[in-house]
Amino acid sequence: MKGNEAIAHAAVRCGCDGYFGYPITPQSEIMETLMALKPWETTGMVVLQAESEVAAINMVYGAAGCGKRAMTSSSSPGVSLKQEGISYIASAELPCVIVNVMRGGPGLGTIQPSQADYYQAVKGGGHGDYRLIVLAPASVQEMADFTVLAFDLAFKYRNPAMILADGITGQMMEKVILPPFRERRTEEEIRQECPWATLGKPASRPRNIITSLCLQSEEMERINLHLQAKYREIERNEVRFEEFDTEDAEYLIVAFGTCARICQKAVEMAREEGIKVGLLRPITLFPFPTEAIKQYAARVKGMLTVEMNAGQMIDDVRLAVNGRVPVEYYGRLGGIVPTPDEVLNALKEKIVK
Amino acid sequence: MTTNEIINPANLVYRKTPVLTDTPMHYCPGCSHGVVHKLLAEVIEEMGIQEKAIGIAPVGCAVFAYNYIDIDWQQAAHGRAPALATAIKRLMPDKYVFTYQGDGDLAAIGTAETIHACNRGENIMIIFINNAIYGMTGGQMAPTTLEGMKTSTTPYGRNVELNGHPLNITKLLAELDGTCYVTRQSVHNVAAVRKAKKAIQKGFENSAARKGTSVIEFVSTCNSGWKLSPGASNEWMAEHMFKAYPLGDLKNV
Repeated sequence: MKGNEAIAHAAVRCGCDGYFGYPITPQSEIMETLMALKPWETTGMVVLQAESEVAAINMVYGAAGCGKRAMTSSSSPGVSLKQEGISYIASAELPCVIVNVMRGGPGLGTIQPSQADYYQAVKGGGHGDYRLIVLAPASVQEMADFTVLAFDLAFKYRNPAMILADGITGQMMEKVILPPFRERRTEEEIRQECPWATLGKPASRPRNIITSLCLQSEEMERINLHLQAKYREIERNEVRFEEFDTEDAEYLIVAFGTCARICQKAVEMAREEGIKVGLLRPITLFPFPTEAIKQYAARVKGMLTVEMNAGQMIDDVRLAVNGRVPVEYYGRLGGIVPTPDEVLNALKEKIVK
Repeated sequence: MTTNEIINPANLVYRKTPVLTDTPMHYCPGCSHGVVHKLLAEVIEEMGIQEKAIGIAPVGCAVFAYNYIDIDWQQAAHGRAPALATAIKRLMPDKYVFTYQGDGDLAAIGTAETIHACNRGENIMIIFINNAIYGMTGGQMAPTTLEGMKTSTTPYGRNVELNGHPLNITKLLAELDGTCYVTRQSVHNVAAVRKAKKAIQKGFENSAARKGTSVIEFVSTCNSGWKLSPGASNEWMAEHMFKAYPLGDLKNV
């Protein structure tokens, strides 16, 4: 099945309570699949087509504020529209899942795949100091698996989690093993797991208030410091990445999502030519595998990032490397996907000199 | 009267509902918000729905509504309260979900969310405080500001050519198939307050009966923004606001 369809199936199967979205290419199959699955007749999951991306993310806010497992999905221009809501969600510490099946921008751009929303996803996106947990799937299987993982991490840290896919991972078809069924939680279970949730105030507890407003600057600084401490904890606990042919590597390619798949082929081609190159694929973009890359900086002669943008993740790689070895970038823009040949040529021209 | 006589339950003439908290309200003296809050709290107590009521606070003067009514609350981004309420009610159909919004929140920045929630017939109640001005930000023009009315962004009076017409959003919402009850109330005298309380109760009852969206507009005063005394504000409202926004039911299905 398609990656988009895998997300929809995984959502129903992992006990998602509500999906709220607005159609946009190349991810509309997520809501279409959910509507066809009619989960409200089986698990009781609510699926609602909102009047806008803005309404959809705020529906997620409302649902997540009740401790429900809520999600939305969109593509780049639509995710820009959601940024205000995401900032509120991050500040109110609401767990939810946001899927961005990226397409080429800026502006209305193209409907072809891109990774140009890396900065937006990883560095905040909306106003204020906040971070999302960002997962970058590279296969249809991971589209399904990360839907479950994103919910689990979101609830573990009371933080919004984003699946940062692209038009290829959304549209390509691969075999997939869907996650096992998990029951939706009852209201009592949610009251236990999420004592902060606004499910109605019983006489036994004070009222719960979901808000991001705090007019006292000292208190707002305290909230910010709490958020930052949480992000540091996420950085300590949740870094995920994958290595390919790195044991004897003299050079390292760093690429995520679709680009990592392409680079895997480029690594094979380079090794046939005797170039000892390996691949590191960040799976979590926040938290970023800074420590792993730092260690490679002591071992390899140079690194190349390959991205479907003008070079965004390269900033994080360079921060990890901290000047120890050259770090170069190769990529294509506006919906063009780089080929393994192009990557190999870039590797030879920019790194293997 | 001795103290013992005063505290004798038989002599009780008024009791503050416990659903209203003891937090001192930040609203200006003479503002309509306080009365509407009290009515909401009283209805919640009388209907016995405190454990099932979830309120959505707006951005605007009523952003702190959650400090005053002792139920679970969510505070929404500016204009998005109906989107939050939609999701909450859809996920928990047995709850009493209401939004509490001002004219800027409901009829300017949140127009789309308001219209679409009403058009879908979400089983929620929308409390709409229309005082024709932006109170919290210091008295700027609202979508419902009357023609000729002076605000800090229409210092020479609202000019239709420059600023467009006052938006009769409630009339528009009454046209939508999803609304079941659309009414315009006020709280400027005892009779009006009594009627207003009945309207709030009806809104909650409609939610439970799954009849669709109830919209209760309160034509309200903002004596600080209007730069009038509380008494003069009530008079000005009756004379000018009620002409543009006449009280009564616009729809009652």
